[in-house]
Amino acid sequence: MKLARDTWLIFQRQTQLLLRNPVWIFVGVFQPVMYLLLFAPLLKPALNAPTQAAAYKIFVPGLLVLLAIFGGLFQGFGLIAELRAGVIERSRVTPVSRLALLLGRSLRDVVSLIAQAIIITLLALAFDLRVFIGYLLLAYLMLALIALMTSAVSYGIALKVKSEDALAPLMNTVAQPVLLLSGILLPLTFAPGWLQGVAKWNPFSWAVEGTRALFNGDLGNDRVWQGLGIIAVLAAAGVFWAARQFARSVR
Amino acid sequence: MIETRGLRKSYRSRAGRETKTVDAVRGVDLDVAAGEIFGFLGPNGAGKTTTLRMLATLIEPDGGEAAVAGADLRKDPAEVRRRIGYVAQGGSTWDESSAREELVLQARLYGIGKADAHRRAERALEAFQLVEYADRKCKTYSGGQRRRVEIALGIIHEPKIVFLDEPTTGLDPQSRAHMWDEIRRLRTEGMTVFITTHYLDEADALCDRIAIMDHGEVVAEGTPAELKREISGEVVIVGLDAPSTPRAAELLDTEAYVSKLETVDEGGLRLYVDEGATAIPQVLRRLDHAGLDLRSIELHRPSLDDVFLTKTGRSLRES
Ligand SMILES: Nc1ncnc2c1ncn2[C@@H]1O[C@H](COP(=O)(O)OP(=O)(O)OP(=O)(O)O)[C@@H](O)[C@H]1O
Ligand SMILES: [Mg+2]
Repeated sequence: MKLARDTWLIFQRQTQLLLRNPVWIFVGVFQPVMYLLLFAPLLKPALNAPTQAAAYKIFVPGLLVLLAIFGGLFQGFGLIAELRAGVIERSRVTPVSRLALLLGRSLRDVVSLIAQAIIITLLALAFDLRVFIGYLLLAYLMLALIALMTSAVSYGIALKVKSEDALAPLMNTVAQPVLLLSGILLPLTFAPGWLQGVAKWNPFSWAVEGTRALFNGDLGNDRVWQGLGIIAVLAAAGVFWAARQFARSVR
Repeated sequence: MIETRGLRKSYRSRAGRETKTVDAVRGVDLDVAAGEIFGFLGPNGAGKTTTLRMLATLIEPDGGEAAVAGADLRKDPAEVRRRIGYVAQGGSTWDESSAREELVLQARLYGIGKADAHRRAERALEAFQLVEYADRKCKTYSGGQRRRVEIALGIIHEPKIVFLDEPTTGLDPQSRAHMWDEIRRLRTEGMTVFITTHYLDEADALCDRIAIMDHGEVVAEGTPAELKREISGEVVIVGLDAPSTPRAAELLDTEAYVSKLETVDEGGLRLYVDEGATAIPQVLRRLDHAGLDLRSIELHRPSLDDVFLTKTGRSLRES
């Protein structure tokens, strides 16, 4: 109960601050829309897709997972600013739940990611993408879990390294292989065997395949529950680890 | 209210390839009574902040124990947190929030209900003369205004003890005087106030009791008056020509009211006496009789800096 209340307080505060900064909202919507408008048209011929809609069915899920990963991973920067301002230390001397300090922030990130995802989905509908609403909600659940995990991990790492100078290269180094090995931009069906073998070890590639299956209306595909399961376990582990950083971090 | 025994903390820091250990706090024993303003006086790096951060549950001590507001620091840090307020040295407000938002959130984090939190925020804004700026973003505040917000944040939940780490550093003389009044008001409301400072006058004027800290250790503890009394009464500084100094020293050394006599290098004497006001006329008469030329005479009442000097061999002003 206290956890829920504390989480809500932190979530409210973080959301309020986010909404106060219209630049963020603009960037958050503008970038994916550019992908959709300027990159997606290349895909129909590149993927040999029969229709534009078919190309979108492959590309949009990938784009959404990409946003979830990156949106989450770079949240740590905001936390470092808070750390520097002394806000985190101030929270840590109050009896507020340490888990709530993390969850309130991560849930804000999840909500803003889902808002982004809804905008993109609506736009894609205009380009003849069609998805059954139930499957779409399951896909959003996948996205939410991904964002929860990556933002928690990002916060945890931020509390450990405590400086933007260390966080930026670290996050880029993590994000790049994750991105390339997940078949986000182009499906790994085009990849040579060894690459597919390596990608199997990337949990995000399971998530991407699962999300694509959902967009394809293919609920029976094993990748759906496998992807959800893997990401859920990782998200729980990430949250647990990051909350411990909130409990013990100094300065 | 606060009782510590042998509180210790060392930091390991890496400089190049070597790891060095800094003993920031090495065995601090303190007893702070309820309802007093207790001051921690010491130069930069003395270990004041480190001690405060330990008492506020932000860092774990390497050794020793402490009871804060009746709760055991090691066994029950959560209970300590509920009972204390802490205002950090380096600030704690967020640029994009307003004072009111910060105050309400802070109260809510302590478990206070929404309506009550708003009432408390309103009261705090009035008490700290912040009403005028209450809804402006914190980044638009002056240093002094911001400091007042931070202190208000530290006491919004009416803790039994509040720790204020250098509450007046960076404030102009007028704001400092105001801040002293605020802190005294907290005492009237029954709060125990624990402040750190490196201002001698602040420790002297504001604090009921002080502990002087240097290199991680408490070197003296008591009321400012006690500490000053402890060291050698008052000092009469007699200005003389270098040639007449030895003769004057010889004459005055035998006087009963002079407890100790030191020769000043460039000529002149330092006489340690119990009461300067009655010693000065006698000194004047004695030297006049002997026909010695007196250039100047000066009475020096001991300050906390002298206490610091006697205890550490350094002046706080220099360090
Ligand atoms: N995180 C840290 N890592 C390494 N050394 C530290 C750390 N924090 C403090 N120290 C060292 O511990 C010693 C005590 O520092 P502390 O901040 O407690 O001093 P202080 O009395 O508060 O000084 P000031 O008046 O400058 O605020 C200093 O030598 C400082 O360099
Ligand atoms: Mg300090």
